[in-house]
Amino acid sequence: MSIDNEIYGLTVNGEHHQVKDAWIGESLLYVLRERLGLPGAKGACEQGECGSCTVIIDGQAVCSCLVMAATAIDSEITTVESLAEKYGLTAVQDAFITEGGVQCGFCTPGLIVAIEHLLNKNAEPSELEIKEAISGNICRCTGYGRIFEAVTTAVATRKATQS
Amino acid sequence: MSVVVPRTLTDALRAMAANPSALLLQGGTDLMVEINFNHRKPVDVIALRKIHELRAVKIDGETISIGAGLPYQEMESGQIAELVPALGQAARTVGSPQIRAAGSLGGNLGTCSPAGDGLPVLSALDAMINLRSANASRNVSIHEFMVGVKRNAKQPGEIIVSATVPIVRGWQGFAKVGVRNAMVISVASCCLVVDRTKGSIAVALGAVGPTVIRCRQAEQWLSTNVDLKQDAMIGAKLAKEFGERVANEARPIDDHRGTAEYRRHAVATLASRLLQRSGAR
Repeated sequence: MSIDNEIYGLTVNGEHHQVKDAWIGESLLYVLRERLGLPGAKGACEQGECGSCTVIIDGQAVCSCLVMAATAIDSEITTVESLAEKYGLTAVQDAFITEGGVQCGFCTPGLIVAIEHLLNKNAEPSELEIKEAISGNICRCTGYGRIFEAVTTAVATRKATQS
Repeated sequence: MSVVVPRTLTDALRAMAANPSALLLQGGTDLMVEINFNHRKPVDVIALRKIHELRAVKIDGETISIGAGLPYQEMESGQIAELVPALGQAARTVGSPQIRAAGSLGGNLGTCSPAGDGLPVLSALDAMINLRSANASRNVSIHEFMVGVKRNAKQPGEIIVSATVPIVRGWQGFAKVGVRNAMVISVASCCLVVDRTKGSIAVALGAVGPTVIRCRQAEQWLSTNVDLKQDAMIGAKLAKEFGERVANEARPIDDHRGTAEYRRHAVATLASRLLQRSGAR
């Protein structure tokens, strides 16, 4: 299908949105933040290096800055905004607070999405698997120690609540 | 500007025939950066991300054909990594999980940067690249496909469909140097493939020349000095000389990622180490 009337639809967090009056080459990150009022994904490097803009598209964690929004017309897009909607904070979000995994907070949404994605595939990851899973998410404040603590806590919480 | 999102290769080829100057967009890890930074303002884009045919993997016993759009994450482990270990190793060094979910061999080939991590593997394995247009299909050797820095032999109207490599009996590996362990572009890279059946060795270097470089003289030198059909321990002295001969064939430049001198040193070390690993028992 061809899109040249510059109006297209995106399915974000289960809801259908119309994108209107937008340049059609815009990145998904830009469209989420500036057109759809979903500022959870953060824009920092805009070249796929920092991971702050991580979202889930069709079950894969990707950098939304590297996706041309108009090409995601038939994809399921999940952003950080959807995680806490129904049940309050998720175990991962809660653990980031209790373990001090948040300092300036800019990298946090991307890290939360990447870690939720990891734990949904692998409920008890090894330290190496955690490091690998967040190797595309850069944090310049914490030094990552508190973030690893948060993942460990979240793994335990998830395990306890599921059993 | 228009964006076309075809579902099938046939539809994509038809769109290309109608508009041969359209830009092809696969994973976006190169093109979207240029767009985000206003380095490029495309007029028309054909996005290939929805075409399942471009993710196909075909094995016929002697060769494996990998769809140009298959993301690197699918090569990190499993069948491809078992049959083509150097490609599995290269795939695991690409960017981050987010980048490996998007980046592909087709993207590396289309961009044709000498630092593309998949390219030294394709070169060392003498890959054949399948290109298709609305009314033709042709296979081009990787050595003829890569023409220069970010230049390739793809014609307007053509789409890169797959890369086919032989399943080789013998050790193979890939190694690269970057500024840190994760999320890094190659400053220098090397792929080494030993073919036990033919008694030959292939070495290809990335990021040390305008395109990936095959080190034919070093390969020839080693195969006349070591019987590669046999199990052989590779001594440190032999490995060192091999590394130096490989480095002599590199054509590195100084840039913001490293100096030519450093790159030459790096490929000597990488080639020497890979050769020693090939003989390790």
